[in-house]
Order: sequence, then structure tokens, then C-alpha cells
Amino acid sequence: MGIPFEDGNFSLFVRGFLGTLELSALSALFALLLGIVLAAFRVSPVPVLRTFGTAWVTIFRNTPLTLMFFAVTFVLPRLDLHISSFTAAVAALSIYTGSFVCEVLRSGINTVPLGQAEAARSLGMGFGQTLGLVVLPQAARAVIAPMGSVFIALPRNSAVAGAFNVFELFSVQKTLTEKGYAIFALFFWLALAYLVISFSIGAVFSALERRAAVAR
Amino acid sequence: MSARSASVLYDVPGPRARLRYRLAGVLGALGIAGLLWWVVTTLTDQGQFDGWLWDPFQYTAVQQRILDGVLATLKAFGLAAVGSLVLGALLAAGRLSDHRPVRAASTAVVQFFRAMPLVIMIFALYQAVFTAEPMWGLVIGLVLYNGAVQAEIIRSGINAVPRGQGEAAYALGLRKTQVMSLVLVPQAVRSMLPAIIGQLVVTLKDTSLGYIITYPELLYAGKLIASNSDGYPYIPVVLVITPIYIAMCLALSGLARWLESRGRRGANRRVAAAA
Repeated sequence: MGIPFEDGNFSLFVRGFLGTLELSALSALFALLLGIVLAAFRVSPVPVLRTFGTAWVTIFRNTPLTLMFFAVTFVLPRLDLHISSFTAAVAALSIYTGSFVCEVLRSGINTVPLGQAEAARSLGMGFGQTLGLVVLPQAARAVIAPMGSVFIALPRNSAVAGAFNVFELFSVQKTLTEKGYAIFALFFWLALAYLVISFSIGAVFSALERRAAVAR
Repeated sequence: MSARSASVLYDVPGPRARLRYRLAGVLGALGIAGLLWWVVTTLTDQGQFDGWLWDPFQYTAVQQRILDGVLATLKAFGLAAVGSLVLGALLAAGRLSDHRPVRAASTAVVQFFRAMPLVIMIFALYQAVFTAEPMWGLVIGLVLYNGAVQAEIIRSGINAVPRGQGEAAYALGLRKTQVMSLVLVPQAVRSMLPAIIGQLVVTLKDTSLGYIITYPELLYAGKLIASNSDGYPYIPVVLVITPIYIAMCLALSGLARWLESRGRRGANRRVAAAA
């Protein structure tokens, strides 16, 4: 028992915090890319791609995140694919989050009324103009708030990685708990760290929402 | 693609566009088939489809272990679902309260538990209180987190009922509790049921976190099977338990869709009666 931050534990904590940030930022990037590709598949005029997108999203939205971490940790080495546990964690988190991003984008596109595109076409706009000037800006506005909750959930979900050999805040909790530090004092500091992360992401998204808002 | 299904993104395709789509369809199908072929050959080359690796699944003990895992998962889910709905209702009532201290306290609780990672809460509960009984650590962690989320769903559902409904009820002389329980909640339940069940699917998926605190739910049972059998059949185990999880979640979301369609039917009836 003792103060949580004696003998170098503070630097451990900071390393864990940075680990969480790095993992979340990389996964957010790849999840966004994957989500955009999947959403493009799901709204494409080609039935094969639509079916593929739907099947992919159904599978990965209904698979528990822990099971995905379990799969990348234990399955890939059996296939002679040896990647670091950090890369594996980024893969699991991006694939999991990507399908949620896809659903948000798709429902955002679906909120744009058909009449908007029809009006744009009847004004003589081409495909690119209709999409870039009329449909996507309106879809983007509807997407910001739900996208915010997906990306606020990401750092929270990334904590599972700590159970699969990635060093981040959950690993700090495990290490220090095993050393016998007071569990709830530790919990307080971890809570503070996660609150800082999720409130900063929340602030970014509400700023975006304010910028995109229009008077209706 | 039929000419009828118009999309906001594309024009109705003409002959040349239809040809292009068909070409893209063929190429896409080839690409997907190639991907699947690559996955299957990789698995076969590593001997993952060899019969002896799948033998454990023929043993009654292993089948029993999987069944026990499913039951343990469902048990934790059932307790967590009931607990989180009760806690959610209480917190939502607190957030809608007329008394500022109650409102502030419930807002703080909801915001705090919504921002905390579930793993961290479950692990802290497990280490501090429930070392001998990981199930309660898991269930209480799930209840706290999902209760906070359900509270937000319930609160926004009640706020979405048109203001005139509450005002009319007050004008008829109903009390605060009566307005809530006789007028607002029955109307709100219909619109929030899909969201509530969606969150229950999340709860069901999150029971797999019990793996981390050695609660013998489905994923942990799978790990035990894989690590105790010859040849460590991790891939067969993943291929067996993933469909079980997906089927359980799809059954729950199917329920959500069914309730939603029923709710819509009811709403239409109501509108027709009013007109």
C-alpha cells in the first residue's frame, strides 16, 4: 500500500496514457478509412458489393470486441503471421469500429431526401456536382453527432487491448494492482485520464457540430 | 439493379451505366471470391481443417463446456439487462426531476459511468470486492455502465413526447407521478424500444469481458477448450464460438426490428383514429 505515484509509477502512468492515445488515434484513422470504403460498398449501385458490405458489417457488428482481440492474438500466430500485439490491437479495433463508422455514414446519406438530388439534376448539375455540392454536405451535417459518439467510445474500447499484451492504461491498472496499491485510489486517477480523453474528443465534435450547423 | 429503386446518390442507370455496373459486379465478385479462396487455402495449408484438430468438438465434455459457457453468458446478460434497465429508469427519473440537487447528482453519475471503460470498472470491482465471485464483478460493472446509457435513452425518449401531452395532463389535474406514469412513459416506450434493445445487444456482447476476470462465459470456455486440447485448436474454437455470439446478437436485434414494426403499426392506427 502507498501513494499510487511513488517511485517512478508516474512515468508508468504517463506511458500508459500515451499508449492509449496512440492506439486510439491509429485505430480511429484506419476505422474511418475502412468505414468509408464499407459505406461506399453498401450504397453502391453494384449488388455484389452491397451484399458484401452488408455481410461484413453484420458479422463484425455482432462479434464481441473481446472475441476479436482473442482472435487476432491467438489465431494469427497459428497461421505463421507474426505481427506485434500493438499492430494486432490496431487491426482488431479498426475492424470493429469501422463497421460502426460505416453504419453512421450510411444512415447519414439516407437522411438526405431524394428530392434534393432530383432538384440538383433538374438544375443541370452533373453527377460530381450533385454529390459534392448537394448530397454529401447535407449528409456530413447529419453524420457529425453520431460519429462523435463512435469516436468517444473508441478510447474506452481500446482498454480491452491491455488484456492482450498491449501497454496502455488498463495495463497500468493491472500492474499497479498486482503491486498492491489501493484499488480505488488507482481507479480515481484512471477515471480522470479517461474523462480528459473523452471530454476532449467530445469538445472537438461539438465544435464541428456548431460550425456545420445552419439556421433552418 | 432495377430501374425503380432510385437512390439519392445516382441517376436511374441507362444502358451504358447498366453495362458498367454489371462489369463492376463481375470484377467485385471475382475479387471477393479470390479473398475467400486465399483465406480458405491459407487455413488448409496450415492444416487447420485437419480432422484431428476438430475432434475435441465430438467429446461430450467439450460440448457440455460450450453449453455451460452459453448459459453462463446468458445468465450474466439476464442479470445485467434487468439491473441496467432498473438503474436506467431510476437515473432517468433523477435527471428529469424538478429538484436541482437530484438532477445534478444523477447527471454526474450518468456522465461519469458513460465515460469510464468497462474493463477498468470490472477489473477494479473484481480485485476489490468480488475476487471469489467474478460473475458479480462482471454483472455490476455491466449494470453501472449500461444503466447510465439506458438512462440517456429513456430520458431522450421521454423528452421526445410532444410537450402538449404533458401540459394537457397537468391541465386535467394529474399529479407529477401520474403524468409521468400514465401519459409520458407509455408513449415514450414505443419510440425508445429499438434503442433500448440495441443497447441490450451491446450488453450481451460486453459479457465477453468476463474472459478477463476468469468468469467462465462462452469466450473463456473457448479458451479453456483450445488450451487443453491437442494441437491447440484456437482457430476451430474461434470458428465455432463466433457464430454462436453472432446468432445470439442477431436474435436480439431481430426482436428489436419486430417490436419496431409492431410499434409503427400501432402508431399508424393511432394517427388514423385521430384523423
